[in-house]
Amino acid sequence: MPTQVTTESVETVITDGLVEIGAERDAISRGATFEDLDVDSLDLVELAQIVEDEFGVELDGDSVKDVKTVGDVVDLVVARGS
Amino acid sequence: MSAEGCAIVTGAARGIGAAIATALAADGRPVLVNYRSDADGAAELVERIEVAGGRAVARGADVTDPEQVDELFGAAEAELGPVAVLVNNAGLRADGLAPQLGADEWSSVLETNLSAAFHTTRRALRPMLRARFGRIVNVASIVGLRANAGQANYAASKAGLVGLTKTVAVEVARRGITVNAVAPGLVETRLTEGIGNGLVDSIPARRVGTAAEVAACVRFLASEEAAYVTGSVLTVDGGLSA
Repeated sequence: MPTQVTTESVETVITDGLVEIGAERDAISRGATFEDLDVDSLDLVELAQIVEDEFGVELDGDSVKDVKTVGDVVDLVVARGS
Repeated sequence: MSAEGCAIVTGAARGIGAAIATALAADGRPVLVNYRSDADGAAELVERIEVAGGRAVARGADVTDPEQVDELFGAAEAELGPVAVLVNNAGLRADGLAPQLGADEWSSVLETNLSAAFHTTRRALRPMLRARFGRIVNVASIVGLRANAGQANYAASKAGLVGLTKTVAVEVARRGITVNAVAPGLVETRLTEGIGNGLVDSIPARRVGTAAEVAACVRFLASEEAAYVTGSVLTVDGGLSA
């Protein structure tokens, strides 16, 4: 069963996902950019897979093309999943 | 890194695909034997693998259709576990000199030999990225590396497969995923019936290859030991292209 999409649950999954990918937990905040976190385009593909596994929300290449910050992705998943 | 998981071999009912499925199963990998039309051949292969102590299931799917590819992977994941190894073997040929090749003969060969490998690769990669492990092996051909009159469509598809192999290999290398190709020369299968006559003398080994000899190379590239081999094209041609 996919996890219910709420801002809190999405923030938790994305934070844990970014840590899994190799980002520093202390550096992760809504305003942090992926550039700051050293998260590249391949990492974002993996993050999209983590989101899909957890919430059943699909993020295709087009939709993640313009995301710059952690908050951008959280908002995108919340919008897609509700 | 998790090397656990199953293998999907496309076009595996007979020929090189069947030999590859047999070799991977002998390594202890559960194998999904994909076929498009030869359900009987696939079922017989599954039986042979099981008699030998391996695990396999047969599943029909037209891999040129992304939806059927998704269903194929879903079935493999449900029945055999995560897909750790993908072998893109499905292929067909429709020969003719370029001026006489029909548009259908062009597009059907490109769809099956090249586009299908893209659809399966795309579907396979995301879970592999998360697993930090994956082995993708594409069955190309020496015809993708050197000319063979009468096979413009086949050659273009196999050369494209080499380009796909190298590019994807570079994209995902840092995640423990390798992408390689084997390029068989003249191998005795139904696909090559009728094109071997007279060619054997030009092969340094003076004989055609066997499906098992190609499968042995795929088995190596699909193994954990081959972790540092990626983006490569291994010719299996008795020295023909040397």
